[in-house]
Amino acid sequence: MNMQLARILPEVILTITGVIIMLAEPLLQKNSSRKPLGWFAVLGTLAALFASMWQLHLPDGTAYFGTVQTDAYSVFFHVLIAGIVLATLLVSLDSIDGSAESVGEFFALICFGAVGMMLMTSAVELLLVFIGLEISSISTYIMACFRRKSAKGPESAIKYFLLGSFATAFFLYGIALIFGATGTTAIAAIGRILTVGQTPLLAVVGLAMILIGIGFKVSAAPFQVWTPDVYEGAPSPVVGLMSTAPKAAAFAVLLRILYVAFPLLHYHWQPLVWWMAVLSMCVGNLGALRQQNVKRMLAYSSIANAGYLLAAFTALSQEGVAAASFYAVTYAAMNVGIFAVVSHAGGFGDRLTLVQDYRGLAYRSPLLGGAMAFFLISLIGIPFTGGFFGKFYVFAAALHSGMVWLTIIGLINSGIACYYYLRLLAAVYSKPVHTDLLDGIPRPTMPLLLALVLTVAATLILGIVPGQVLSLARAGANTLVPYVTTAMK
Amino acid sequence: MTTWPLAIYFAAVLFIVVVMLGVSYVLGQRHRDPATASQYESGIVSQGSARSRVSVKFFLVAALFVVFDLEAIFLFLWAVTGRELGWPGYIETLIFAGVLLAAFIYLLRTGALDWYQTAFDKERS
Repeated sequence: MNMQLARILPEVILTITGVIIMLAEPLLQKNSSRKPLGWFAVLGTLAALFASMWQLHLPDGTAYFGTVQTDAYSVFFHVLIAGIVLATLLVSLDSIDGSAESVGEFFALICFGAVGMMLMTSAVELLLVFIGLEISSISTYIMACFRRKSAKGPESAIKYFLLGSFATAFFLYGIALIFGATGTTAIAAIGRILTVGQTPLLAVVGLAMILIGIGFKVSAAPFQVWTPDVYEGAPSPVVGLMSTAPKAAAFAVLLRILYVAFPLLHYHWQPLVWWMAVLSMCVGNLGALRQQNVKRMLAYSSIANAGYLLAAFTALSQEGVAAASFYAVTYAAMNVGIFAVVSHAGGFGDRLTLVQDYRGLAYRSPLLGGAMAFFLISLIGIPFTGGFFGKFYVFAAALHSGMVWLTIIGLINSGIACYYYLRLLAAVYSKPVHTDLLDGIPRPTMPLLLALVLTVAATLILGIVPGQVLSLARAGANTLVPYVTTAMK
Repeated sequence: MTTWPLAIYFAAVLFIVVVMLGVSYVLGQRHRDPATASQYESGIVSQGSARSRVSVKFFLVAALFVVFDLEAIFLFLWAVTGRELGWPGYIETLIFAGVLLAAFIYLLRTGALDWYQTAFDKERS
């Protein structure tokens, strides 16, 4: 097979899937079920997943004039994104069908968004990173708007769109400044040029702009203000997707940019990332304490989790990169899982929104309640769940690099986080009050059960035998680390 | 590390903005006529309200036009280097045009370009 094409095979598969769905959508009868299209998207995503795994057998290298690179690192995040998209498709198959117009569009948009996110993780050229970022962002803006009948849907989409465009403008300006300073936009070439002689101020300003742009995308403080409003208004399956997959892609890009292009400037960006991590953890966890709305609470929790992930960035070691990658996987597993429960219980619109609405969920449906409890336990970080090892590796990496204060602040924050996770957990297992609310919950359908099994299994496996995923994360980290070690000399 | 070029750049930006606004403030004439506060004051008294309703279809068509118009630029880029790119370039351009065509078929089928909604369409939707 054409070697160039093989390097973007997962993206090609998903693009074709998306285009076929988009063409089939208007050809179907107006009122017929769109589930076949959803299943087709599931098939396409599975094919992309296996194509990504197959890419591991390719020798490392670049294609298309050195813009895309497949290595253990890109494959790791490709598989993660494909997995998240797969679970999200399964969750939305039943919850979205019939509750919105042009559902086929939704499935096509998920595929297109996945293409953008995957391109971001394998791009080694800032302009391609930007294009990937735009593809994924525009798809998520539209998906955030799928609750058209509720006023909150368009509100959330508009906020997301305006702030998101603002952030990408920062990112693009950063690329322009870096190009002005180094004369190239290839990530590895920037790293090579910046090692010679002194570092131009333009490059530092450009790096700061890129940090701001990505900070918006991953909802790290102080760029987090949009998160609660957007997550509240967007459909729950979409929130499950957009709080994990685009963030994982953005973190992957940021790691690549920081470690490959700017290893020498680490004394500039390390303190910035340090502060971003500390602020995100504190703002996220303290903000979540007072939230009554479940989705807003989970939004603040996702800000806090971005903080934990950024903490691993400051480690400047192979361990740190591996911990960040591993944490992205564990967070994705538990967050997609908990949003699967929320979107089934809460439906597409505004059914169960408040924490107290969930009172007695475990009595009404032991399965949903149990799954939710399990994900909450994992988010708290109790052993035998993925969340425990995720946090453990992150803080171990930070501690090994001498970030004692960061570790202490992080551990205090995990303590604070227990409170609001436990509040929801207590509600799920207390005597039901609003039985009429709970009676509205439909029986779990087959695709939802499949998604729950997938996410629960992933969280459990990550918590009991994390070795294999961790070794894959380490293999991915190894492709970035040579650059770091040269910088530290 | 040299900070001063960037500082000069920001200073120049600030200077130009301040000068442009300041000079017109200092040297400009001041009128207090009935029409001064009206929008688009240009000697002609404005008529009617600017808040007339325009069909959203105009915006839709305009947006779609801009999208396809921009895509045409990529075809120009291919056209000037067509011979050098050879068959692989031709095939890639075909794929690009094919994706555009798919988008166009989608627009047609969803009725984005239907200017009038017929009774048949209303029944269908």
